[in-house]
Order: sequence, then C-alpha cells, then structure tokens
Amino acid sequence: MSGSAPRLVARGLARRFGATRALDGVELELGPGELHALVGENGAGKSTLMNVLAGALAPDAGTMELDGAAYAPRSPLEARRRGLAMIHQELALAPHLSVAENVLLGCEPRRGPFVARAALAARARAALAEVGGELDPDRPAGTLAPADRQRVEIARALAQEARVLVLDEPTSSLGPADVAALHERLRALAARGTSIVYVSHALEEVFALCTRYTVLRDGRSVASGALDETDPDALVAAMVGRGVESLYPRGPAAPGEVVLRIEALAGTRLPRAATLELRRGKVLGLAGLVGAGRTELLRALFGLDVVRAGKLRIGALEGPRTPAERWRGGTGFLSEDRKGEGLMRARSLAENLLLPRLGRRGLVSPRALAARAQPWIDALRVRCTGPHQPVGALSGGNQQKVALARLLAAEVDVLLLDEPTRGVDVGARAELYAWIDELAHRRGRAVLLASSYLPELLGVCDRIAVMCRGELGPARPVAELSEHELARAMTGRRGA
Amino acid sequence: MSPLLRRLGPLLGLVATYLLFALLAGASFTSWANLELMLLQTAVVGTAAVGATWIIVAGGIDLSVGSTIALGTMVGALVLRAGGTPLDAALAAVAAGAAAGALIGVLVTGTLLRLPLSPFVVTLGLWGALRGLAKGLGDNQPVYPGSTGWLAALMVSGEGFLGLAWGVWVLLGVAGLAALALRHTVFGRHAVAIGSSEETARLCGVRVARTKLGVYVLGAGCAGVAAVLQLSYLSMGDPTPAQGYELKCIAAAVIGGASLAGGEGSIAGTLVGALLMTVVDNGCTKLGLDNWVQEVVTGAIIVAAVALDRVRQREG
Repeated sequence: MSGSAPRLVARGLARRFGATRALDGVELELGPGELHALVGENGAGKSTLMNVLAGALAPDAGTMELDGAAYAPRSPLEARRRGLAMIHQELALAPHLSVAENVLLGCEPRRGPFVARAALAARARAALAEVGGELDPDRPAGTLAPADRQRVEIARALAQEARVLVLDEPTSSLGPADVAALHERLRALAARGTSIVYVSHALEEVFALCTRYTVLRDGRSVASGALDETDPDALVAAMVGRGVESLYPRGPAAPGEVVLRIEALAGTRLPRAATLELRRGKVLGLAGLVGAGRTELLRALFGLDVVRAGKLRIGALEGPRTPAERWRGGTGFLSEDRKGEGLMRARSLAENLLLPRLGRRGLVSPRALAARAQPWIDALRVRCTGPHQPVGALSGGNQQKVALARLLAAEVDVLLLDEPTRGVDVGARAELYAWIDELAHRRGRAVLLASSYLPELLGVCDRIAVMCRGELGPARPVAELSEHELARAMTGRRGA
Repeated sequence: MSPLLRRLGPLLGLVATYLLFALLAGASFTSWANLELMLLQTAVVGTAAVGATWIIVAGGIDLSVGSTIALGTMVGALVLRAGGTPLDAALAAVAAGAAAGALIGVLVTGTLLRLPLSPFVVTLGLWGALRGLAKGLGDNQPVYPGSTGWLAALMVSGEGFLGLAWGVWVLLGVAGLAALALRHTVFGRHAVAIGSSEETARLCGVRVARTKLGVYVLGAGCAGVAAVLQLSYLSMGDPTPAQGYELKCIAAAVIGGASLAGGEGSIAGTLVGALLMTVVDNGCTKLGLDNWVQEVVTGAIIVAAVALDRVRQREG
C-alpha cells in the first residue's frame, strides 16, 4: 500500500430502520496507520456505522472502498477476511475456551478435521506477543481481567491480519494504567501501518491518542479534520449541535443529617476495611482502580455481597440487610453491569423501572405500570417508543437513564451508583450529572458514586474517598484534590 | 481446590459410592460378573448420554432421547423383519436417530421455519411425537423380527472381548470418539464456543447454525446407537422402552460436571455420572432395598453433585 492512498473510504452511507434514518449520508476517510476518532452522541449512528463497516449490516445506499478495491462485506466473517476487524465494547470471548483458542476462533489451523494444536499455539503466541504482557495461552479466557480479555481480542484481530481495527469504547472497563498501556499498544500498531478507528465518549482520550476525527450527529458526518486544529469544546458543540454551558452543574449544597455510616466494614474478600459517613445533600465519590473493591463495597452495603465484619447503618436500618429490605428502607442501587444484572433486556421499560415495587397486594396491572412509568420516561427524556418497549432496544445512554429512573421512582433517600455513566455519550451524561446534582443538592438525597472516570468524580462529587486494595481512605473535599493526586492514591502511592 | 481435583470430583464420588455398597453388600456386589453387569447396564443410557453431553456443552438440550431410542428399535426391527441384515438394521436405527437430530437442528436453528425455536420446546414436542411415531410404525404393537443375528450377542455378558460384553465396547468406542472429537476437532471446539458464548462464536465467523445442526445430528445419532443396543437387549422393536432416559442422560452429564448453561462438560464425566447411577441402582437391588429408595437416592445425588460443583466453583 502506498503511504498516501487512503486505506478505507466511505461515501454517502445511508441506512434506515423503519422510519428512523440511522445513517443519512456518512463520509469517512481513513489513511494507513491513522488513529481516527469517531465521536458522537448515543443514537448519532456510531453503532450503525460500525456495523456497516464490520459487515453486520448492509447499507441502503453509499459505497465503501478498502485499499482501493470495492468493499461491501456481507458478513462479519467476510469483513475479517478482507482485513477489517471490530473490537466490541462488550468484550466478545468464549469464556470456557482457552486464550489461544479464542485468538484463533473461527480460523483455527487444521489438519483434516482436527485442530492443529501446535500450529494454533504458535500462531496464538505470536499474536499475543504483539499485544504485550504475559498471557498464558492455555488459561480459560473467562478467568482473565477485562484489560487482558481486551488484549486477547486485539490479538485475535492481529492473528487474522487485520489492517483496519475498529474499537468500540475500548476503555469503558479499564483502569487508568490499562488505558495508558492500550494507547501505547495502539500507537505501536499504527506506527506499523494498521489503521485504527477509535470510538469513545472520553474526549480526553481522543485528544491524547488520535490524530484525526469524524463527528456523527443524527446519522450524518457533520465535522471531520485534524484534532490538533480543534478543541474539546468545539467537538462537543459539533456533537450536540449547540453549545453546552457546563457538563457538571453544581447547585448550592445544604448538608443534612448522616444517613449512611459504616465503620471498618469488610466483605468476604473485598472490601477489607471501609469507614465512611454520608450526609443528605451530599455526593460522595469512590475512586479506585478496577478490582480495588469499590463495586464490592456498594454491593455489600446493598446486601448483594456478604458483610463479614464491621458496623453498618443506612437510614434507620442497623446491620446488613437484604436488597429487598434496602429498597423498602429507602436505599437504591445502580449496578455497573447493566447487561448482566442491571436491566432485564427483554422486558419492558415499565417493568424495569418499577421492578422494586411492581404492584400492591401481589397484583400487577400492565396499564397501571405504564402509567406510573411514563412520568419518569418524560422527566429523564428517555428516547423510546413508549413504556412497553423492551429495554434492550434502547441505546446505552437511554438504558442507563432507565436504570437511574428506577431509583427515582422508588423515591429512595440513599443512592448507591456504580459507574452510572459507563458507555454513555456526552449529551446523556450531562443529563445524568444534572440529575445527580438535582437529587443531592436540591432534593436532599445522599449519593454514593463509584466511578473509574476521574473528571467525572471531580466534577460531580462534593468529597472523594480513594479505595486501594480493599481499603478505603479518608474522604476529602474535591477542592483539595487533583486528577494527578487521585491517580497516585489509587495506585497506593502517598500523595505529595 | 486445584482444577485437577475439581475434574476428579465426580470420579471420587463414584469410587466412594462403590466402596460404600461394597462394604454393605459384600462379594455379590464386588464380583467381576456384577461389575461387568453394571457396565452393561450402563451401555444404553451411557451411549445416549455421550450424545446428550455434546448437545448440552453446545448450549442445547434434548428431551426426546428416550423416544428416539424407542423409534430406533422399531426401525431396526422393521428392517430385520423385511429381510435386512443385522448391519442394515443397525445402520437404519442410527440413521433414524440422526434424522431426528437433523429435524431438531433445522427447527432450533430456524433453517426450516425461518424462525429459531428453543431446543427445550422443540425436543419436548419430539419427545411426544417420536414416541407416537414409534407406536404407529408397529401399529401399537412391538415388532418381532425373528432372529436378530449377531445383534443378539451385543448385550450378553460373557460374550465379548477381554471379559467385557460387546455392548460395553460400543459404549467405550462411541465415548472415545466423541471425547476426541469434542476436544480436538474444529467442529468440537466450535460447539464448545457456541455453548460458551453464542454471540462471540457468531462474531468470530463460526457457522453457528451449521455447527448446531451437526451437534444435534451427532447427539441424536448417539441415541440411535443406544437404540441398536436396546434392540439387541430386547430382541424386538418396542415403542415403550427407554422412558425417562432423556432425564437420565441429562443427570449423567450434570453429575459429570456439565453446565446446563453450556460451555462446560466432558464425556468422561458423563460416563462417570452414568456409572454412578447404575452403581446406586445395582447396589440397592443387592441390598434388597425397594425401587423407591433407589429413585430417592439417585435424585439426591443429582442435586448434591450440582451443589458440590457450585461450591467448588466458588472456591476456585
């Protein structure tokens, strides 16, 4: 391939679903070895565009060229064979197969009907070496940490000789160190000529990693160019189609009584020791690396995990309680695992929203459910066809609004939020932040917020406590903290 | 707990159960003749359970195993009565099983009706339909083929090779091939991948529908082989036997470490599970315990095996 000819070109891509135009004239140009950011709000058409590129969807109109030849893949398999591989947000590994088998899944070296084990191991090892780190090729993929699983996925794409990698929200489940390592690896791949389309909501990452960008809005490519000729504000403005006053609104705080107090709380493995106090009208942030025990702490508070030792009081309830008692006692939990446990994908918005209290005296009326759900759908501006629509059909940001609305509808006083904006676009994120602000600072609720995204913690919280290897540090006012300091505390080094 | 110990768990359970009955029932239980008998008693269910394991590992289920076996005996007996050789009859019975599997496969993958159906529902339907078909083939009567030729020798203890009846060798052969294929062929690994995460398999270009179809053909084909053994044992085609074998097969797989959620399970584990159930049946009979005791004990073992496995997983 010559250095100047584009690797991938898309012209006038269009695709509609029923009455919705998901793509309505998308132009994309990607050079060899280019790190290209694809940004846009949820529902802007990023997923549809990725699916078209990856061969999972056929466009209604428009053309694509890959290395100068017409490119119209009819399946993900064909796209991979042509050299375009997609790394999905929901990491796609078969948990029971070994790392090596996952790397070559679908293109195993064979000898007759048999898997050529030696060749498989050798090719997998070569691909794994390119993504760095020591990964045992024989280990079951299900036992790997998210960052390692992602490396296996990238190794899979490399083993299949991908020239274009499309990464969908690749850092949504990674800690800061893993994000840095991933960026390092992507730069190395790009330097060797692999073209990369990087889809992310984290504009800081986009600016740190990529060289060029394309903004999608309402199914159209509305802006593109070199990143060093633009700035985050201009990008956000292009994404939402208007200026955003402030991503992190902050009302006047009026702290009330203590509603949550724990002392030396310990779970089976994590957390090891957590002490904190949370007042009404306050947002307390939990920072920490993946695996530090933030999720486990929230789960233990809510009664989903065992409390082994320590004191605990939430609202009027002393000691550990079941989730059912927590909901009745005015405490709600938003899970980080939206797909696995947060929402019932096949069930309706109304059912998901009102599951903590579906009906009175054991009876549930679908009509009453819909009527009770509608005000919350309106209040949070959930983009949907109505309360009966299955939640799985909504975009990530709208699903997350439903998950938050569940806590609002239950009128809880204490909100335990675990990664509430994971995989949520800028526009919807601003709305979620506004709601958290409204709830805590105007309506006097207490919010405990765990997040891996430091700008979010610093923007939303009143105080932040850092969790490191299961131990929770003291909560400090955000005014005294910086991202740098938090990152140091998260890795267990003393702040300067 | 180490992975090795985890995999050996069902085997330790089998050994412990065997030793318990050996202590209680003595020589009549531990004799070579009884040991061979137990292996022979496991042959029909075990062979079918090998196929069921493939299906379960691939994330599916087959509730029509017993009915497939009954249908197979009828087809085999009819071929014999029409003058076919024993080999013709055996091949026809296996083919009947494989055809049932193909039907399940095209319905489950949506190849036939253009909409995929749940294997639970499809095979629940076939559980009734195939049994009915078996009855219809013989006009509600068993089919007596006269002589079953060399087929008759399959399930006779004492006639065989190295002290084991031919039927036991059939079981071991089918199990060995199935285990090899599950572990070492691309088809087998793709089946595991589908059971482990169907979305991922599809994404990676695994031909999901084709692989599933193959798994059901192979799985129900094993039930067809079990039908040959059943035909040999009964010396006739009979639409009534093997009732509830589908659940025994599932139980054997689950005792052997298979997960009904797919992705996990081994042929060796299933054989151990099937043997464990035979040991309980046989041991209880030797002790003069009523049938209901065996049934309660077997049920308790199934639940206990799964509970133990969950405990081991949580520790591991």
